[in-house]
Amino acid sequence: MGATTDRARRRYGAHPLHLLTLLASFALVGYVVSLLGVHSLWNDRVWWQSIIVWFLGAIVLHDLVLFPFYALADRSLGAGWRAVTGRAPRVTPAVSPRNYLRIPAMASGLLLLLFFPGIIQQGSASYERATGLTQAPYLGRWLLLTGAFFAISAIAYAARTYQTRRHRAATEPAGPPAQPVEGSDPAEPGAPVGESAW
Amino acid sequence: MADADDPPEHGAHEAGAAASDEAVGEPAAVAADDDVPGQEGGEFGFPERLWRSVADHRPPGVPSTRAFRSPLRGPWLTSVFGFLLLISLPLVALTGLLDWIAYGPRLHQSIPGDVGFLHLPLFDWPTRPAWLFQLTEGLHVTLGLVLVPVVLAKLWSVMPKLFVWPPLRSVADLLERLSLVMIVGGIVFEMATGILNIQYDYLFGFNFYTAHYFGAWVFMTGFVVHVALKFPTMVRSLRSRSLLGVLRTPVADTEPEAPDADGLVPTDPAPPTLSRRGALALVGGGSLLVAVLTVGQSIGGVAREAALLIPRGRSYGDGPNDFQVNKTAAAASIEPSATGSSWRLTLSGGATEVTFDRPTLMAMRQHTVDLPIACVEGWSTTQRWTGVRLADLAREAGVPRPAKGHVQSLEGGGGFSEAWLQGNQVLDPDALLALCVNGVDLSPDHGYPARVIVPALPGVHCTKWVRSIEFVA
Repeated sequence: MGATTDRARRRYGAHPLHLLTLLASFALVGYVVSLLGVHSLWNDRVWWQSIIVWFLGAIVLHDLVLFPFYALADRSLGAGWRAVTGRAPRVTPAVSPRNYLRIPAMASGLLLLLFFPGIIQQGSASYERATGLTQAPYLGRWLLLTGAFFAISAIAYAARTYQTRRHRAATEPAGPPAQPVEGSDPAEPGAPVGESAW
Repeated sequence: MADADDPPEHGAHEAGAAASDEAVGEPAAVAADDDVPGQEGGEFGFPERLWRSVADHRPPGVPSTRAFRSPLRGPWLTSVFGFLLLISLPLVALTGLLDWIAYGPRLHQSIPGDVGFLHLPLFDWPTRPAWLFQLTEGLHVTLGLVLVPVVLAKLWSVMPKLFVWPPLRSVADLLERLSLVMIVGGIVFEMATGILNIQYDYLFGFNFYTAHYFGAWVFMTGFVVHVALKFPTMVRSLRSRSLLGVLRTPVADTEPEAPDADGLVPTDPAPPTLSRRGALALVGGGSLLVAVLTVGQSIGGVAREAALLIPRGRSYGDGPNDFQVNKTAAAASIEPSATGSSWRLTLSGGATEVTFDRPTLMAMRQHTVDLPIACVEGWSTTQRWTGVRLADLAREAGVPRPAKGHVQSLEGGGGFSEAWLQGNQVLDPDALLALCVNGVDLSPDHGYPARVIVPALPGVHCTKWVRSIEFVA
């Protein structure tokens, strides 16, 4: 690369090809907008039904609503669990339930995100005109699927817990347990499970 | 996969997860420290004073990138998602562009109509294979939905970049950030409008076809630029780690990637709660779930019963006319009196107009064929249609070799109350004016007294409640 290119690069911040590529792309987007017509981007009567509002709103909705919401929900899951179990170390489970709660919740959330119009019966008039049916079944179906996700997760969690306890029982030294077994949970070993449980 | 893994010894407020959390939790001095990794890159372009001043004026409330703590984030993971989208999204784009051609731009039926140079080379949409539109539109919609989890994962993986401060150090940065508006806005816009449209929810209010088509061009522009700029980074990042190694690594052995210039790798990683293979499985599982719940609307049969949450997974019953209805007779304002014994089919284009009543049509040579009817929402259904060949009707009209045909419905006005057919679509031996389906008369919702069915023709152009056909030589 020549000295001129180097200097250009430092001042512009990237290789000149970077600039050319981006300028070409902006020109093309300008052409797209010119075909559509600038006036078509905006709806005078209902501002939020404007193409430009939806296009830019899509970014805002994802980056500043959806992402913070699910990140916060996940963070709350951890914090909430610690709040519940913090003072009651005896209920600390052998296997962290985190992913067994997260994954079915994500599956259910994904389906809500994709199929919410039917679930909340939005657009029911156009739906009925098109199909001759109503959207009535979708809420129930989504709830059943959500229930199934958590039920499957519960079974997987139970199996994993059983496996882990058996593994621990087999690897721990033989002999009487350190503490007398209490209540209806005879399999719970006396040894502390530790922080890794969540 | 989330950011949020605080070891128990940390207070949640210290870890700071979601954006807004941070400013509350961390002293300003600590937040300012975060800029160090970004500033190591050091140099500012022209005009330097401006970019320095931006760097020095971090607005309060912008979360620190330290809030992003997932040990899974990094160029390798981002590149895996990027690679998947690089090979799959072009297929979604291509099928979408093909479907615009399926609507017949040469007959001025494609929507939007005037797209300048922004289209594939024009050609007459073929009638063979008969499942062509079923395939292109089904692929477009199904793949578009299946990729939603991958897109969300890709966006999740690059979220820290949104909060890097300073956001810009040069004109190059500014332009590149602007180009990201095309790709991020484009993909979310396309997916949102598509998802609403296939569920007949027209919340957006604007014309779906127009917005989705031009939005796609903005997205494709951003996509090409992004690939051009990032392809070398993607290849380098993919090589930084072996996929096989990742697939063998459990949660306990999952380490963050090496620090990267883009700041994707966390400076203060939380302990892993999920392995990289787990994250890939999670995204793949999400896509698989969506596939299972949607593919049935396109392929039908038993799979349709699994399409639980979308309009075209519904059953209408077991009768011969109990298949997917697109626009009911009531919605099209078809009066029963107009379809009774007084109904006549008018054929024109020849020397004189000719009219037929339904018994006469039934007495003509009938042809039976299994054909799919497929719609823009990605659904389709294959049925056994019986009726008179359009080619025979053209001959009756006195135009044996028509260049095109114009079909009009009893439906007064409305989006698809008429359609033009290309010559090959009129003359295909399986192109019918159908009178019966599955051995019985068409039901009112399926177009009684007569409807058009043509191989590979988009469903909305298979006009129902046909009133007249004009054949143009």
